[in-house]
Amino acid sequence: MADRHASTFLASLRELTLSRIREFLREPEAVFWVFGFPVIMTIALGIAFRSRTDEPVIVAVERLAGAEAVRAALETAGGFVLRDVPAGGVERALRDGIVQVVVVPGTPATYRFDPARAESQVARLAVDRALQQAAGRRDAFTPREDAVRAVGSRYIDWLVPGLLGMNIMGTGMWSTSFAIVTARTRKLLKRFAATPMPRSAYLASLIGSRLAFLVLEGVVLVAFAWLSFDVVVHGSLAALAVVSLLGALAFGGIALLVASRAKTVEGVSGLLNLVMLPMWVFSGVFFASSNFPEAMQPFVQALPLTALNDALRGVMNDGETLASLWRELALLAGWGGVSFAAALKLFRWS
Amino acid sequence: MPPEVALACRAVVKRYADVVAVDGLDLQVFRGECFGLLGPNGAGKTTTIEMLEGLLTPDAGEVEVLGQRWAEAGAALRPRLGIQLQETQLADKLSVTETLGLFRSFYPSGRTVPDLLALVGLEAKAGAWVGKLSGGQRQRLSVACALAGNPDVLFLDEPTTGLDPQSRLQLWDVLRRFKAGGGTIVMTTHYMDEAATLCDRIGVVDRGRLIALGTPAALVQSLGTAHVVEVTFDGGTPPPGEWFTGLPGVVEARVAEGVVTLGSSAIHATIPAVLAALAEAGAAVQELRTHSATLEDVFVALTGRHLRDG
Repeated sequence: MADRHASTFLASLRELTLSRIREFLREPEAVFWVFGFPVIMTIALGIAFRSRTDEPVIVAVERLAGAEAVRAALETAGGFVLRDVPAGGVERALRDGIVQVVVVPGTPATYRFDPARAESQVARLAVDRALQQAAGRRDAFTPREDAVRAVGSRYIDWLVPGLLGMNIMGTGMWSTSFAIVTARTRKLLKRFAATPMPRSAYLASLIGSRLAFLVLEGVVLVAFAWLSFDVVVHGSLAALAVVSLLGALAFGGIALLVASRAKTVEGVSGLLNLVMLPMWVFSGVFFASSNFPEAMQPFVQALPLTALNDALRGVMNDGETLASLWRELALLAGWGGVSFAAALKLFRWS
Repeated sequence: MPPEVALACRAVVKRYADVVAVDGLDLQVFRGECFGLLGPNGAGKTTTIEMLEGLLTPDAGEVEVLGQRWAEAGAALRPRLGIQLQETQLADKLSVTETLGLFRSFYPSGRTVPDLLALVGLEAKAGAWVGKLSGGQRQRLSVACALAGNPDVLFLDEPTTGLDPQSRLQLWDVLRRFKAGGGTIVMTTHYMDEAATLCDRIGVVDRGRLIALGTPAALVQSLGTAHVVEVTFDGGTPPPGEWFTGLPGVVEARVAEGVVTLGSSAIHATIPAVLAALAEAGAAVQELRTHSATLEDVFVALTGRHLRDG
């Protein structure tokens, strides 16, 4: 009897998982969003945050007496782009980032810049250095420079594992919970519950099918980042796979819980945003989670996406092993296990 | 030997918020019969069948299925029942074969997928997506899914609602074959012809109560009138019911919404007498119709309302 039960469980799990994968692959839009979106995101961010060490400084010089001398000095120094700004348009040009600093010729000259912008501050320093040198200042010494441009220490290297984590969370949460709520509104869940189908097999199949997509999704993103941006995985690919898998399990469990009672797609969308928003903000996708105040850290560190991103960065950027990431992995397993068990209890079949 | 009881309800009650959906229902269904629950929409048919299916728990009373109770033997009962629900929409982007394979996997034993396809006549559609099927084909697929585990009892909730006549006949064939194999069927319907054709016995349900029970023939016979005469008038108020009761063959008379309905035990005597009496009274008859008494008339006689009125 126990054997019979186990074989029904396995047969149900296999068929449910296959059905889910088939349904997904037959939905072209869904396929695009799951696989295309992370690639588009990586391209967009890769372009926005590409290394800009050779970028010229953009300067405007107001047309007053002495403007020509200032322009000549900047041209001699090199590395500046001079842009004309109409009179009265200075504030706006600075605000919109059209110019980074405006020089008002005079004795002494005035620098107008936005101290809240890093590039504006840098531009002010560069302009100042060029004008001071033109006025006769000499450097006390010439430093040696050692520019860090090594692969693995750029922003994009840090960003890609975060995007991978965010993607594991996002697609997992959306696709799993939408599948559940759709089946519930179509009364398919009630129909399943009227058969001897082991209920845990249904929930497990949703997570199982996620793992199948995850392999593709993760490979697409990591391969794309490697080919286009030379982002490399310093640790082992096996470790990366295990971390991704545990992450997908954790978010699969959370998605089951979020969708365990929702009756409409609108309802579950709201819940998903509520659950995911804190993680988008706090879990270090685009900027480090350590930027948040000390008092918030226990909360930030308990979030599953923080653990996943830390573990992914550990493997990809720092070449860490699974053993050294046990804390993050345990946290993910805990989230997955507890939410799966809770979902099984709370789940509404009709 | 008395027939073996497959399903039993005893004083079953189910309430939703402030509505009593099922109000003290007693019912027995025997092994190998096709039992129909007939009643208008909202009569409590679906609630009753879902309590039998173990999908709803009664607030009071007892439900027994194949001699066992849901609370104690739910896991053992499930594989023995085939259930088709009223509003299930199967996945559009799975094929017929894939859908059947999925449902078959839930049962420890049962029919093969080709066997199920043949049973409901969907062999030609085996590879088609569910979303591309017609309403009748979908309904047959839904019944095939319910048959996947080779059940002892088949539950059908309004299986032919919204189907064209051809599809209804095809589905009826499927059910007859299941019954011929020794299966028990419990179905709800609000089509009296369907109940009369398919069911061995019928329970008429209204407002959560069983108001009549018997074979279709016995129920019609219980009316005491073999024929029904309906008369509509060209303007003016029709004469009151008592006006007709003395006429030959008239067993009962009712007036509702301007239509006079007469139950007659001798139609050949009733019609001339009615026409003569009305002509004498100067009433302008617009239409006179007669038909053999049906389950619909049984329902109207019991409740004063039509099945379709809901």
